[in-house]
Amino acid sequence: MLDGASPSPRKRGEGRGEGQPHTPAQAPAPHPSPLPVEEWGEGIDGPIWKDGAFHHDTWVSVADGEALPEAPAILPKKRWLAERDTLGQRDAPLGLRLEPGEAIADIGADLQRFALIALSFPKFRDGRAFSTARLLREKYRYPGELRAVGDVLSDLIPFMRRVGFDTLQVTHAPTRRALIEGRIAEVSLHYQPAGIVEPPAGTRPWLRRSRR
Amino acid sequence: MYRYDEFDAEFVRQRVAQFRDQVGRRLSGELTEDEFKPLRLMNGVYLQLHAYMLRIAVPYGTLSSRQLRKLAHIARVYDRGTGHFTTRQNLQFNWPRLSDIPAILDELADVEMHAIQTSGNCIRNVTADHFAGAAADEVADPRPYAEIIRQWSSLHPEFSFLPRKFKVAVTAAEKDRAAIQVHDIGLHLKRLADGRLGFAVYVGGGQGRTPIIAKLIRDDLPEEDLLSYLEAVLRVYNLYGRRDNIYKARIKILVHEIGAAVFTAQVEEEWQRIRDGALKLPAAEIERINAYFAPPAFERRPAKAALRAPDRAFDRWVTRNTHAHKHPGYAIVTISLKPIGGIPGDASAGQMDAIADLAQRYSFDEVRVTHEQNLVLPHVRLGDLWDVYQALSAIGLAEANAGLVTDIIACPGLDYCALANARSIPIAQRISERLAGRQDDIGDLKIKISGCINACGHHHVGHIGILGVEKRGEEHYQLLLGGSGAEDAALASITGPGFGPDGIVDAVETVVDTYLELRSGPEEPFLAAYGRLGAAPFKEALYA
Repeated sequence: MLDGASPSPRKRGEGRGEGQPHTPAQAPAPHPSPLPVEEWGEGIDGPIWKDGAFHHDTWVSVADGEALPEAPAILPKKRWLAERDTLGQRDAPLGLRLEPGEAIADIGADLQRFALIALSFPKFRDGRAFSTARLLREKYRYPGELRAVGDVLSDLIPFMRRVGFDTLQVTHAPTRRALIEGRIAEVSLHYQPAGIVEPPAGTRPWLRRSRR
Repeated sequence: MYRYDEFDAEFVRQRVAQFRDQVGRRLSGELTEDEFKPLRLMNGVYLQLHAYMLRIAVPYGTLSSRQLRKLAHIARVYDRGTGHFTTRQNLQFNWPRLSDIPAILDELADVEMHAIQTSGNCIRNVTADHFAGAAADEVADPRPYAEIIRQWSSLHPEFSFLPRKFKVAVTAAEKDRAAIQVHDIGLHLKRLADGRLGFAVYVGGGQGRTPIIAKLIRDDLPEEDLLSYLEAVLRVYNLYGRRDNIYKARIKILVHEIGAAVFTAQVEEEWQRIRDGALKLPAAEIERINAYFAPPAFERRPAKAALRAPDRAFDRWVTRNTHAHKHPGYAIVTISLKPIGGIPGDASAGQMDAIADLAQRYSFDEVRVTHEQNLVLPHVRLGDLWDVYQALSAIGLAEANAGLVTDIIACPGLDYCALANARSIPIAQRISERLAGRQDDIGDLKIKISGCINACGHHHVGHIGILGVEKRGEEHYQLLLGGSGAEDAALASITGPGFGPDGIVDAVETVVDTYLELRSGPEEPFLAAYGRLGAAPFKEALYA
């Protein structure tokens, strides 16, 4: 049961190990705009990075207890489980949000109901969603939008792309700038097949390269 | 040796460019130290007590002469003229400037080296038997598999933010020189029942503050399934390993808490799903990687050449520091980096250059780094041993103490390390000086010293282990006995109350004296005597 729930996170211990990266403090840094607003183009101030540009979010994230809007809505898993029978009648698109440690095995049959699945990166060093993304794409053949939300930082983005994320919700100002300016420093050669289809590279069967 | 092709060379160049960008953003102030920290750790850069430290990967401990000369050059130009070989078969520089590190990485890339994944919560540099490819007792060279794992694990997009660091070790001999049972994954390459090569897979071993011997979870993994099986293990660990407490985040805790049977069932289920996928290793590809490690052109030589010269010191050195080679007429030479009273694992730039010359002239261009912080010339003609010995004497590295009581493992300790509670190096130096005169009589005895509970000095698996702690602001040392990191893996037990910096040296001598008094004869080594006698007589001698 690889996609079952993991134990709920306990309080973090008193870590002082140098080998253990601390979560970078993500204070919403003031954003010194590199370009005048009028040159940014439409949607530049939206949070969603998709197909090489920022877009406004057409989805509404709905918490437990909030009324569902007519617009496309992203639900926490708990709410989906509680209301899945009534939500089945709904016409507007549905999205699902999964926190690290939340199982997908018990909703495997439901996944095709969602047009979007958002996987949360609550902190930089929590890499569970990388595995969840691969399970969704490769085991459950989930074809819809896979969105990374939370601590989406420039140095994670190449990894996120490779395991199957196709949209990113980005609030960190330097990361937004790096995306806009095409400055995500990426290694484009890879030593392992991962979640997405990439062209082979070199002669060894496990090598891949990024699409340009 | 493995040689980079265009793909490998370009990969490392791109990684250096990426890190140069990250360093630039840190130096410009765009990245805070907190934001930079996980990035530099992914590339082997630590912030220590006095300076940044750069840890360079020596994959499975194999170096060419050219690579070793480059390390000497870096020591001279960018450091203070010394490199430190570690218990992970790597090399550390203790004094580089952050702004120089991209240039150092460029220099390393010139000789097909890097610092990728020598730190951080990722799959670390893969280690292997330091006698691989030369040992008389191996079924095959384990390094091609270590190289395949190195490649697969490099910048793995799914496994770069694991709960904690992850260490893999590979051996191909029954005599375990790679300490595989105290690694997150230990792989034992062997002949399976059908005669083909495959692996016994051990998972969940480790040292640190909770030492655990690994569990055997599969005894017959076919070689073509190596990567898919590793991926299944890593996926289970990445999803379920604890992230609430860094001291409980290693895979050993997960295996311990859910039990080896449940853990294995999860791995097997996932492996069945993916084993026939893209990670299957075609026999032709394994063969292609194997070809890089083809044995050098050994000469046909008589098995017994004139080995001994009329020199007692040389005779001792041959006895202690050479091992049986798989090819007749050759020997494996251990170059001890433990001169009496020296700093374990340190080598000067001049020594590194000299050893590179020896490797080129006498050992088919190969050098190995051992997890016991020594170097090895793996392929030396018996007839050349005298010349090699004399050359090593000239650089002060001909101590005939491999495996003896002065061949001490010690972590950098409070002299360098930001985590340490106590110094390790001076304790090693003083024990070495104290016991050097009697070391031949004492025989095989491994002392391992850690300056804190993280156990980088492997004190849990020392025949005699020493753990530095802090007690009321003073350095204090606990004494442990009876551990082993070899095929008879065992965890050492604490004897009782600890000792001060002077007392610990006396205590070690007391243990040694007790052993000498109680052993059945010189043929009963310390560990065997301890096994027979138990801890009681040693405790009595220490505390009565």
